[in-house]
Amino acid sequence: MAPYILRRLLWLPVILLIVSFVTFVLGRYGPGDPVQVMMGSKYDPVAAERIRERLGLNDNIFVQYGRYLSNVARGDFGESLKYRGRTVAELLRSKMWVSAQLNLAALILSVSLGVPIGLFAAIRQGTLLDPAAVSMTLFWQSVPVFVTGPGLLLIFAKWLGILPTHGWGGFFDTRIILPAVVMGIVGVAIIARLVRSSTLEVINSDYVRTARAKGLPETTVRLRHILRNAMIPLVTHLGFSLSGLLTTSFVVERYFGVPGVGNLLIEAIFARDFPILDGALLIGTTIFVMVNLLVDLIYPALDPRIRLGQGNAAF
Amino acid sequence: MLRSNTGTGPGTGLVETPQRWGRNYLTISLRRLMGNRVGVICLSVILLLYGAGILAPVVTPYGYNDQNLSNVKQPPSLSHPFGTDRLGRDILTRVIYGLRTTVILTVVTVTTGSLALGISLGLIAGYFGRLADTIIMRVGEVSTSFPEVFLVLIMVATLRQPMRDWLRGVEDTLGISIIHLGIADYFALSLALAIFSWFGMARLVRGQVLQAREEQYVDAARSIGCRTPRLLFRHVLPNVMGPIIVTVSASLSAVAGAEMLISFLGIGIQPPTPSLGVMIFENGSLSVLQTTPHLLLCPASVIIILLFTFNLLGDAINDAFNPRTR
Repeated sequence: MAPYILRRLLWLPVILLIVSFVTFVLGRYGPGDPVQVMMGSKYDPVAAERIRERLGLNDNIFVQYGRYLSNVARGDFGESLKYRGRTVAELLRSKMWVSAQLNLAALILSVSLGVPIGLFAAIRQGTLLDPAAVSMTLFWQSVPVFVTGPGLLLIFAKWLGILPTHGWGGFFDTRIILPAVVMGIVGVAIIARLVRSSTLEVINSDYVRTARAKGLPETTVRLRHILRNAMIPLVTHLGFSLSGLLTTSFVVERYFGVPGVGNLLIEAIFARDFPILDGALLIGTTIFVMVNLLVDLIYPALDPRIRLGQGNAAF
Repeated sequence: MLRSNTGTGPGTGLVETPQRWGRNYLTISLRRLMGNRVGVICLSVILLLYGAGILAPVVTPYGYNDQNLSNVKQPPSLSHPFGTDRLGRDILTRVIYGLRTTVILTVVTVTTGSLALGISLGLIAGYFGRLADTIIMRVGEVSTSFPEVFLVLIMVATLRQPMRDWLRGVEDTLGISIIHLGIADYFALSLALAIFSWFGMARLVRGQVLQAREEQYVDAARSIGCRTPRLLFRHVLPNVMGPIIVTVSASLSAVAGAEMLISFLGIGIQPPTPSLGVMIFENGSLSVLQTTPHLLLCPASVIIILLFTFNLLGDAINDAFNPRTR
């Protein structure tokens, strides 16, 4: 186990190096010119050239990349091009905390609705309740956020007037409710279906019949024998949904005026603010790789038949 | 009839000639699907919408760019069933042309990305393990760890121009004009989306294969001398088919959703080519919903119906194809 974790962790710097190089080069050779965006309508070729020179944008790409890497190694992600004088690290730190809270709220909503609905549907298979529950979640998954956003605003903010429309006040503020619902409702269907289909595979298995035959209470059978085994695909999914939630939050954060990292990245994309994009990608990649590792580590604990890191090429 | 596919049938003796129907897995599954009412309805709706999209120039009453500035933002009426937009263009016509965009993007992206790349790489990673597994999973992690929006943005922007040049060459040699159809946009978008959408499928297939590998039927098949390709495609793949199909239907909706997101960033299908994503995101605001709701709700209801039926169909297919249900 330990060598396996170590080997995976050793991959991390390699991945980060590739990611950072690709984004660095793509960013520099991609469309748009940050200096042009920065100066807007007051664009002046001479001044622009001076700024490029000062920011080091005229150097060889490898020189620029090397300089960037050595700074990053010392924990310095550089300075934003758009927000003059603010470092990428401080911008990202506060915004990521906001997004993390929003994503967590959405994830909690998806899981706490999705798992019970999935289990319920599977246990009621063959009755009308099963397709009814599943289609309800599927319908909500099919509605684009561009519709749920304004729709919920219209109902809860305009007509009922019980929820605020805009802004951010932290995890325990009413302003988190609408964006979290808009984001979370998409995930309910995915989780409910996963839980349902994996439960159906487990529910007819021998060990469940054995457990019932032993006379175990139905609750124990459901929690210990069915739910635990049905969870395996869910764990993989949850690891993934982290990055998925981040993409949805691009739109949702923008829409509800949440000062999160999605909003920051959209501004950065429009302004060709490379230091922010590169920094966010590096941090995002690190988180993603770590979560993936965690998912792989949880796998054998849930399903002992899977053995990690033995390289058992059985065939 | 459909419930009795336990192999040899209900044992009615001579009458039961399984060969007549073909007893292979695909035929049985398709018959089960056709016996599922929801599945058939969904399939019909999707065929209808996709058919309308493919035949857009034939079935639409107006041109998608016919403006009528004296008739803007009209609510639905007999001559314009979905109403008209800001420039007085018929929304129904634009929705149908938008469906054509969706058809092209979804089909190209899902077949190349999820199906071709995702399944084969997932099988290889899960079945062979060792180095193949390591390389595929690490490359996948790298490609997914980018926020894909950012990369799609850069890829589309860098790919579009070379793609146009290449198509211009094709036009010159073939003597047909295709550029004005916006094909370069479609290809650049599909390609960019496909490159970043294979990993979800690959990882799922790998996980399923890891599980299946420990099953007795794989040992049994190997013991009677099955070679690896046969093992993979006849024994492992059919058993992991259920989740794959559900994922395909999910990724079809995901591509349609991604199209909206990319339009939101202004790099998707360029106007005046209609796209459902652009129509919905442009009108996705509280003020539109309060004053001229048909601008948002008409295109949105079409895409909701499309995504909803895709998802329902995915479940119906799953029930039909999964050997373990029933």
